[in-house]
Amino acid sequence: MKTREEIAQALAAAGYIADGELATAISLMQLLRRPLLLEGEAGVGKTEVAKALAGVHATELIRLQCYEGLDQSAALYEWNYQRQLLSIQAHRGDNPDAVEDQIFSEKYLLERPLLAAIRRDKPPVLLIDEIDRADDEFEAFLLELLSDFQVSIPELGTIKAVTIPHVVLTSNGTRELSDALRRRCLYHYVDYPDADREARIIMVRIDGAGASLSLQIARMVESVRKEELRKVPGVAETLDWAAALVGLDVRDLHDAPETVHETLMCLLKTHEDRSRMSREVTERLLGKVA
Amino acid sequence: MSCCGAAPDINDVNEVSRLVSAKLAAFLKTLRDSGFAVGLAEGQDAASLMTAGFVARPGLLRSAFKHLFSARKSDWEKFDGIFDAFWLGKRVRSRSTTTGSAKSANNPSLKSLPNTRPEPRAGGDTAMDQIPSGDGADDLDRSGEGRMEGASRADQLAEIDFRKMADPEQIEEAHAAAARLAQTMRTRLTRRDLARRRGYRLDLRRTIHGNISHGGVPITLVRRQRKEKPLRLVMLLDASGSMSMYTGVFLRFIHGVLDEFREAEAFLFHTRLAHVSDAMKEKDAARALDRLSIMAQGAGGGTKIGESLQTFNRWHAARVIHSRTVVMIVSDGYETGDAALLGREMAALGRRCRRIVWLNPMMAWEGYAPEAAGIKAALPHVDLYAPANTLKSLTALEPYLAKL
Repeated sequence: MKTREEIAQALAAAGYIADGELATAISLMQLLRRPLLLEGEAGVGKTEVAKALAGVHATELIRLQCYEGLDQSAALYEWNYQRQLLSIQAHRGDNPDAVEDQIFSEKYLLERPLLAAIRRDKPPVLLIDEIDRADDEFEAFLLELLSDFQVSIPELGTIKAVTIPHVVLTSNGTRELSDALRRRCLYHYVDYPDADREARIIMVRIDGAGASLSLQIARMVESVRKEELRKVPGVAETLDWAAALVGLDVRDLHDAPETVHETLMCLLKTHEDRSRMSREVTERLLGKVA
Repeated sequence: MSCCGAAPDINDVNEVSRLVSAKLAAFLKTLRDSGFAVGLAEGQDAASLMTAGFVARPGLLRSAFKHLFSARKSDWEKFDGIFDAFWLGKRVRSRSTTTGSAKSANNPSLKSLPNTRPEPRAGGDTAMDQIPSGDGADDLDRSGEGRMEGASRADQLAEIDFRKMADPEQIEEAHAAAARLAQTMRTRLTRRDLARRRGYRLDLRRTIHGNISHGGVPITLVRRQRKEKPLRLVMLLDASGSMSMYTGVFLRFIHGVLDEFREAEAFLFHTRLAHVSDAMKEKDAARALDRLSIMAQGAGGGTKIGESLQTFNRWHAARVIHSRTVVMIVSDGYETGDAALLGREMAALGRRCRRIVWLNPMMAWEGYAPEAAGIKAALPHVDLYAPANTLKSLTALEPYLAKL
């Protein structure tokens, strides 16, 4: 098992600048074999954690995006109906029971993320994204799967996990999750990174963003987040903005206040926020950035 | 080698582990007392972490425990303080809670929430106990059989108003109307779902299963039925002094709605907000009201609607509101706090839920106009603003609510 420091380094190598606590969480995942529940505002980089974790373990990332109405067939497995129909046509006249046995066999089974995750030889990272969007029933089903790591397919019987995946769940808090699910998981609250960490993220991700520009951008974003906004910009927006500024050849924010103001649309995604951020406000915020 | 038993031997090790586990158990209890949902499995995992060498590094242990024991953001935020206080002896700032505390249960003056109104007795001379109410406006009497049967002497009220509602029969009628309202909403919603369900996607697995004998030609189609997702109703009831005439009957109304409507949540507010769904889900209406009266009584002072909504938006909204949620606020809109804050919080609430219905019992009063700063700030964010002071006005809401 890797130590905390090794995990932090591996995460950084995978492009994720983590705080110490996240590294602890990841080492605990292995130690206690529990899924990790990441909660936090949209855009703080929860999904990135799973991607980086796959990098740490040098393994595949299998992602299940949750939505309202998500059911088992989309999450677990589905039958390949076209092939089944063709096969039935081809065996017309045969004993129906035999045909049935044949078409409901492994050959016609389509793996969906959850089934795929438990049938890999090397444990993958299973990302169950935005679990709060799925219905309560699905959450209950998931809980069962995550505790037993086996599924039963009526036509095939029980399929046991070959390996136990590293499970990461994310939630934006649009719905309260059940206590049972919360209890089953390790919990980590992902907050917006502080300016130093965000600056490091920019440096790692955006080519050509030097240390001083990255820090300026991060500080500017930090003060933008403190304004009263409908949609607080996330890390992805920061990266977009940084890429825009670098692309427009800005080396220092103070040298190009006009460009800064005009490119703020990378950060502000609603009309209301955009109109709130007037030229004066931009200048005031820019004044705070050392 | 020691011969006098001073060196650590196996018994000492056992002793140490016994002490550690006792300390851990005490910590788990502290966490549970602070509202953490800590189960057996977590306790075992914590013990295994302690034996795995985490004890030697308190910072690491704290971080590990934090991930293990926290289940939500509020846990996450208070964990470090609790850990430090328990293991490192540091002081933590205490926080006040927004829900009804056990302490208030012992306060007899809190029993004065007017909820049902038997016919006022002439002169009020039959009163057995006279308990001063929170706002000092009403006297209560407790008749022999009714536990919480309070009667207001201030009976200068219009005829059909809830304030006038007196005998149990009328109250029962109000209750029934509430239940009927909830039922109507549910039935109509179901019907709408049924219509939408037509043409919903095929269940291919069952279709194929069913048509193997036809050579796979899908003669019998099996459709997958969408599970209906009910509308959710979240009710916020103003229980302040100025609303005291109506609180009782609305509590009954809410009880009826919660009873009928599985997906409903109720909150009371005055100067603070209290989540009362559990107390309201009590089958026995009288007992539910009894429990509530304890939680409902405010300081008797003003109404901080804005602050209460802020608390709601911050701590409860994410959990109780989904896309098919109607928020029903019952209040006269007399805001003693910051009206601008009320406006902002209403806007935030409006973005979250499907509809906001504001019921104002005072609206039907002659000469009433929404002049108070509070209601003025709130109205732009309200989808339906309606009077609700009589059974008739409550029933008149049915068609509107059913359309939601």
